Amino acid sequence: MSVAMQTATAPALEVRNLTTTFETSSGHVIAVNNVGFNVMPGEVMGLVGESGSGKSVTLRSIMRLIHAPGKVSGSVRWQGDDLLAMPERQLRKVRGGEIAMIFQEPMTALNPVLPIGIQIEENLAAHTALDRRQRAARALELMDMVGIPEAARRLKSYPHQFSGGMRQRAMIAIALASNPKLLLADEPTTALDVTIQDQILKLILDLRDRLSMGVVLVTHDLGVVAATCDRMAVMYAGRIVETGRVADVFAQPHHAYTRGLLGSVPRSGAQRTMLLSIEGTPPSLSAIPKGCAFSPRCSFATDACREAAPALEPIAPDRLVACFHHQQVAASGVSA
Amino acid sequence: MMNTMASQVLISAEEVFKEFPLPQNALRRLAGKPLLAVHALNGVSFQLNRGETLGIVGESGCGKSTLARCLVRLLDCDEGRVRFEGQDIADLHGAARRGFNRRVQMIFQDPYSSLNPRMRVREILGEALSVHKMRPRAEIPARIAELLDLVRLPSDAADRFPHEFSGGQRQRIGIARALAVEPDVLVADELVSALDVSVQAQVVNLLLQLQEQLRLTVVFVAHDLRLVRHISHRVAVMYLGKIVEIGPTEELFSAPRHPYTKALLDAAPELDPARRTRVVAARGELPSPINPPAGCLFNTRCPHAFERCFAERPLLTDRGPTHQAACHLHEFGLAAIPQIQDVEFAP
Repeated sequence: MSVAMQTATAPALEVRNLTTTFETSSGHVIAVNNVGFNVMPGEVMGLVGESGSGKSVTLRSIMRLIHAPGKVSGSVRWQGDDLLAMPERQLRKVRGGEIAMIFQEPMTALNPVLPIGIQIEENLAAHTALDRRQRAARALELMDMVGIPEAARRLKSYPHQFSGGMRQRAMIAIALASNPKLLLADEPTTALDVTIQDQILKLILDLRDRLSMGVVLVTHDLGVVAATCDRMAVMYAGRIVETGRVADVFAQPHHAYTRGLLGSVPRSGAQRTMLLSIEGTPPSLSAIPKGCAFSPRCSFATDACREAAPALEPIAPDRLVACFHHQQVAASGVSA
Repeated sequence: MMNTMASQVLISAEEVFKEFPLPQNALRRLAGKPLLAVHALNGVSFQLNRGETLGIVGESGCGKSTLARCLVRLLDCDEGRVRFEGQDIADLHGAARRGFNRRVQMIFQDPYSSLNPRMRVREILGEALSVHKMRPRAEIPARIAELLDLVRLPSDAADRFPHEFSGGQRQRIGIARALAVEPDVLVADELVSALDVSVQAQVVNLLLQLQEQLRLTVVFVAHDLRLVRHISHRVAVMYLGKIVEIGPTEELFSAPRHPYTKALLDAAPELDPARRTRVVAARGELPSPINPPAGCLFNTRCPHAFERCFAERPLLTDRGPTHQAACHLHEFGLAAIPQIQDVEFAP
């Protein structure tokens, strides 16, 4: 973790030892296990993993959106304060203000019985000192900024009158209302078609440049990571197994799971050949295998992997991997 | 391999139209306005050759699932026809219809809703086998074991219920059910889109192996361009119920001849972090299929549209021996293929 500190500027967000557990009828579930990462100002950090890997719970834990019986421990440092230890009153200023969040399903995240304009103004009323007239003007400006045509008329529309892409734009407008310094995006384009996904991702990048905010982008799509993120963290069964700059990780994965994920995605120039698949399925969080959680699916696994879970350790500047055999994995390349 | 098969057309669609009527408003009817309907297919024609994999891509609402359903006659087309071995499938009755149903099988997108939750795997597979009288009753258990082995499920799977399996395993059960009746054609509608990436690769590998082993003809309907490029011999791109471009996979992906194909390819995120762009591939959104635009269907979003595109709907015309596109700009995309350009300008 000290490796990341070598960079000149201080991180905007520092997540350390974040652990989220749930007591369920099927037992004690560790959804997020000792997760730590930094987000630099103006940086897009990708959090990748398959369903159930804990990436969305990580985002929600950062924002303290986990409710009982869920328990969150660790620390999330934001501008010198720990979000997890902050009193509720102070947190309300940060949440939705300095740190904003957008969700995967805009239809369920937006209020169906309020026009979009009111929903934007709600955020402005909570986090800015603008008066009614200024709020209306700012709402119009935000709608323009996120590229919703005929903004004045659309402010009066309800969410169901918008298309999927437009709803996501409206949600981004709400998130941006208070000029956040950090945007947490939970699979913002998963429900969208590819041409609309492209529009929304480029919009997020443009807004990042204009407002110089950091972004944490949760996704299961490696293509989205390759096209938008600066750094990435790969999650498996609640843990981060590999982090690094996107170009480095794609060029040479050091964890067998990352290698498998990259190999599972078809690449051009190898039509109708077998893909490098990962056998088996991701484990259920209530029955995580002993030792390295990936060991039952891993072709590099040895007895050591089944005994103890490897720690996330630096192997190069700005590069951490949790694998005993990472040199072997790196040497084997990404092709099958 | 492909050359010998090229002449053997197995399924052909000829100008297929399909619309779904919407609830009608009495006022509209009194005013004599045309009835409201979703125009799902607006004249789709293509040919499917024996042994090939045809990928059908497009965004949601482009009619690709409706087309898949018309091909297996889960839906009847309003106009036009689908021919199987030269015969119009709408004319098939009785034993001929059952024969067609056996030879053309469909696998569905959602492995959670396409299997009966109250039936064991043995019953699901046994039903397919006995309805089509594939095996004498005594041989059915052996055939079920064989099918499970074919899709790499453990043999004790037969006595379990669908809910006991993961998504990837359920999709294998769906494949086993389709293969139970020894079909010639598999129509796979978004076969792997409900699955995680690592599991997707397993199912795709299985499909490729089975196709080789059983000489299947496959229609692979999907929205994932990388996947379609990986497994298809030919690809058809659909937009608002029409095929806008169809051609051999590599030709179409390396040098798209329709602006929509190009936009779709540019919009799909590259796996190579070094090849990023900040240019948006296609502006605007899909127009409503209730009221599709006049002229070219893509004219509302096309950066190259000119007057003719708003007046006249372009037809699919040849861009190569097996490559067709529906665009008034016949030269579109030519610059991307330098060799062909040389040939065209040679005296």
